[in-house]
Amino acid sequence: MMSGPEADTLSQKTKSKKRPVAKRIMGITWVVTLVFMAMIGYITYYALTHEQELMNNSYNGRQQILLSQNRRGTIYAANKEILAQTLVDENGEEYRDYPYANLFSHVIGFSTNGKMGVESQANYYLIHSNAPLSQKASLDAVGEKYPGDQVYTTLDVELQQVASTALGVYKGAIIVTEPSTGRILTMVSKPDFNPAEIDKIWDELIADKKSTILLNRTTQGLYPPGSTFKMVSALEFMHQNPESYENYSYQCNGTIKRGEDKIQCYHGSVHNLIGFERSFAKSCNTSFANIGLSLDKEQFHNTLDTLLFNKELPLTFPYSKSSIQVNKDTNESDMMQVSIGQGSTLISPIHLNMITASVANNGELMKPYVIDRVENSAGMVIKSFSPSSYGMLMTGEDAAALKDLMTKVVTEGTASRLDGLSYTAAGKTGSAEFGTVKGDSHAWFTGFAPAENPEICVTIIIEGAGAGGDYAVPIAKRIFDAYFGE
Amino acid sequence: MELYISEFSKYAIALLIALYTFESFAVFRFHTERRREGVYVRQYIYMFLIHLCCFVVICFETGNIIYLFFYAFQQIILFAATTLYKMIYPTCNRLLVNNMCLMLSVSFIILTRLSEDKAKKQFVIATLALIISLFVPFLIHKIRLLKHLKWLYTLLGVGALAVVLILGQTTYGSKLSYSIAGITFQPSEFVKILFVLFIAASLYKSSNFFDVFNSAVFAALHVIILVCSKDLGTASIFFMTYVLMVFVATGKYIYLFLGFGGGSLAAYLAYSVFRHVQVRVQAFIDPWSVIDSAGYQITQSLFAISGGGLFGLGLYKGTPESIPFVEADFIFSSIAEEMGLIFAICLILICISSFIMFMNISMKMKDKFYQLIAFGLGITYIFQVFLTIGGGCKFIPLTGVTLPFISYGGSSMLTCVLMFAIGIGLSIIREEERELQKLKKKKRKKRNKAEEVALSEEGDLPDAEGESEYDEWTGSGYPQSKDEI
Repeated sequence: MMSGPEADTLSQKTKSKKRPVAKRIMGITWVVTLVFMAMIGYITYYALTHEQELMNNSYNGRQQILLSQNRRGTIYAANKEILAQTLVDENGEEYRDYPYANLFSHVIGFSTNGKMGVESQANYYLIHSNAPLSQKASLDAVGEKYPGDQVYTTLDVELQQVASTALGVYKGAIIVTEPSTGRILTMVSKPDFNPAEIDKIWDELIADKKSTILLNRTTQGLYPPGSTFKMVSALEFMHQNPESYENYSYQCNGTIKRGEDKIQCYHGSVHNLIGFERSFAKSCNTSFANIGLSLDKEQFHNTLDTLLFNKELPLTFPYSKSSIQVNKDTNESDMMQVSIGQGSTLISPIHLNMITASVANNGELMKPYVIDRVENSAGMVIKSFSPSSYGMLMTGEDAAALKDLMTKVVTEGTASRLDGLSYTAAGKTGSAEFGTVKGDSHAWFTGFAPAENPEICVTIIIEGAGAGGDYAVPIAKRIFDAYFGE
Repeated sequence: MELYISEFSKYAIALLIALYTFESFAVFRFHTERRREGVYVRQYIYMFLIHLCCFVVICFETGNIIYLFFYAFQQIILFAATTLYKMIYPTCNRLLVNNMCLMLSVSFIILTRLSEDKAKKQFVIATLALIISLFVPFLIHKIRLLKHLKWLYTLLGVGALAVVLILGQTTYGSKLSYSIAGITFQPSEFVKILFVLFIAASLYKSSNFFDVFNSAVFAALHVIILVCSKDLGTASIFFMTYVLMVFVATGKYIYLFLGFGGGSLAAYLAYSVFRHVQVRVQAFIDPWSVIDSAGYQITQSLFAISGGGLFGLGLYKGTPESIPFVEADFIFSSIAEEMGLIFAICLILICISSFIMFMNISMKMKDKFYQLIAFGLGITYIFQVFLTIGGGCKFIPLTGVTLPFISYGGSSMLTCVLMFAIGIGLSIIREEERELQKLKKKKRKKRNKAEEVALSEEGDLPDAEGESEYDEWTGSGYPQSKDEI
C-alpha cells in the first residue's frame, strides 16, 4: 500500500485525465442503455406478436384459467347459423354442441384432444371474453361465466350441404372459394366424423394407424393432379412460345413413346390431328407429353416456384406441401409424366384451388381464409379479417389465356356437362391414375363460374371414382346450380 | 364492484407507473437537488397511489381486509425511509431513494400476491436493510480508511465464497448459500459490494500494468470459485464488473479486448465442459423442442410475459405458479403477466434511470476511488438486471440471478439496499466536492484579481468557468483545475 503523499502525486497525474474517464463512463452508459432499449423492443415485439401462438400452446395453463372464467364462444356460419356452441346439460356440465354433426367435421374441427379446424385457429378468441363490463358485473353477481367472444366464419351452410351430399359415400374433398376475396365457402373432406363425439371415438381413431378420418383432405391430402396439371403445362408452353403456341398441332394416334416409356391417352382414345386449344379441351395426353418434351426445364422450374409447388402456402390450416421434380437433370420419360400430371407429382386440393382461383382473379391470388370476424357478446366487432392478396401467380394475360382454354373445356371438351346452362363455367377435368392397377383413377375437377366474371371457384377430388368428366363435373354442376339458384 | 375496481385499477396503475417513469428521467433536466424537489414529490405521490391501488385490488381479490394492515406497515416504512433520508442527508440524491422505495413496494405487492409468508419475510428484511442503510452514507463519508483496505476486501470476499464452496448447501445444482444459526445467507450477494470496493481500492491510485495484473489475479480467484460453485450468473456479473472497471480506470482498449476475448474463451470452455451450461444454451436456442425438460421454465416464462397483454390480466388473474422459482428468478415474468407489459417495461426503464444516476454520480466524482465505486456498483446492478430480465424473455441464455430489490431473497435484498445506500453516500460526497469547488473558485477569483492588479503580466490564468456551464448529464465543461482537493 502506498502512503498518503505518494498517492497525492499520483492522483495529480490522473487528474489531468479526468475528462477521458467521464467520457468512457458516458460511452458505457450509452452502450448499456442501447442494449436495454433493444431488449425492451424485443420483449414488446415478441410478447405482442406471439400472444396467440403461445396462448394456444398445450403447455400453457392459461387456457384452463380462461375457460374457468369464460364460456367458450360460439362459431357461426356466414349467414349466422350456429356451427358450434357450448351448452350446459341438466347436471350443470358444459358440453360442446355441433348442430350440423358431421357436416363441418374437418373445417370447424373440435376443441379438445389437441384441437382442429376453426376451433383451433380461433381458440384464442373463443376462450377470451370481451363482454361489456356491465354484463360481466351482472354475471359475477349471479356466479355465471362470461360469454366468450363469437367467431363468424365465411362458410356457407347450403353449399356445404350440397357438396357433402354430392360426394356421398366416396372418399374425397371439395373446396369452394371466392376468387376475388379468398373467402372459403365450403370445405368438405370425407370420410368425416361427428365432432361432438370426438372424446368417445378418439382412442379408436388414434389406435387405428391406417385411419385417415381426421385428415382434412382439402388441405392435407396429397394426390397426383392428373390432367388438371395441364393448366400448368399449358401456361408454361404459352410462356415459352408466346407468338407461336396457337399454331401448334400434333398428330395423336393414342400413344407416344420415348425409349421404354410410353404415354397413352385416357381409355385408349385417339384424337388424330389436334391444335393446342383442342389438346387442352380434350385433355390429350400424348399431345401434352409432346409439349412437355419441348419445354425448357429451368424456365419450367421457375414457373413452378411461382405457382407455389414445393413451397409454403399462405394458409391458416395445417396443410401438406405439394411436390414436383423438374430441373435440368429431369429425363424425357419423367418430363412426359410431369406434363400430364402423373409420375411423382403430388398436389393438395386447396393448392389446385388456389391456382384456379388466381386464373379466375386475373392472376392475383387472394389468401384463402375462413374466419371473417370476431364479435363480443354484445355484437361489437373485436377483430375483423379482410381479404388480403398474396400476390400474382401469373400475369393478367396468362390468366386470360388460361381462362379461354378452360372455357373451351366446358363448351367443347371433357366438362361438357356444364355447357348450355344459365351461367357459363370454365374448368379442367382430371383423371389421375394411382396405384399399380391400370384404370383406377381419382376424378378431379377444378373450375369457376361465371367464366366472364368468376364468383366462385370449385375444386373437387373423388378418390378412385374414375374419370373426372363423369364423376367430378356433375358434382361441380350441383354446386354451381345451388350457388346460382338453379 | 370488484370487477370495476380491478379493471379500473389496471389502467390506473399503468398510467401511474408511466408518469413515475417519466419523472425518473425528467429528473436529469435539473442540476441541483433543490430544483428536483418537485419531481421527487410527484414521484412519491405516484408511488403511493400505485401501492395503494394494488393493495385495494389484493383486498378485493382475496376478500381479506387484513392485507390493508400489511399495506399500512409497508407504507409507514417507505414513508419513513424517504423522509429520513431527506432529513438526515439533505444533499443526497433522492432519485435513488425513490427508485429504491418504488421497487421495494413493487416487491411487496407481487410477493404478497405470490406468497404471503415470503412477503412478510421480505418486509422484515427490507425494514432492517433500510434501517442499516441509513448509516451507510454517513460511514462512507466519514471513514477515509476505506481506500486502504483492499486486502481486507479481497480476503473477506474470497474467504466467504470459499466457505460456501466447501461447506455450503447445494440448491438445485449450485452451491449458493450457507446457514448460521438458522439464518441462510447467500454470501455471493454481499461479496459483490466487497469486490467493487476491492477493485476501486486497487486501481484508484495508479492503474499501470502491474496494478491491473495484481487485481486480475484476485478477481480471477473470485470468478473461479463462483464457477466451481456452479453459480455462473454471479460469476459473469463479477467478470463484467471487473473488465469494465479496469477499462474505465485505465482507458486502455486492450484490456477491454483482452477481457472480452478471455471471457468468450471461458464461456466456450464452460459450454464444452459443463453439462448444465449446454442444457441452458439448448433451452435458449430452441426451448420448444425441450419444453418438457430444460425448456420448461423459459417457455412458461414466455407464456406469462405474452399472456398479460399491455395492461396485464390483473393481480390474482394469472398463473404465476406454473413457472418454477417464480418469486426469485422469474418475478419479472409474473409482473408482466398480471400487471401488464407497460408496467414491466416501465420497471426496466426505472432500473435504467437508477443506473444512469449511478453513472452520473461517477462521472462527476473528483476522487477516483469513489468514482470507481459508483461506476462499479452501477454496472453490477444493471448487469444483474440484464441477466435476469434478458434470461426470462429469451433475449440471452438463462443464468438464474435475482431481479434486484424485487425478487424474493434476503441476501439479495439487503445487498441491493446497501448498494444504493453507498450510491446515495457517494452523491453526498459529490455534492460536497461541488460546494468546495464553488468556494475555491470564488477564492481563486479574488486571488486572481489581486494578482492581476499586482502582476498583470504573469499568464496562465486558471479556468474561471461558471457554475452554469457545469453540465451534469454530459459531464462536459468540467473544471480542470490543477489544484488538489
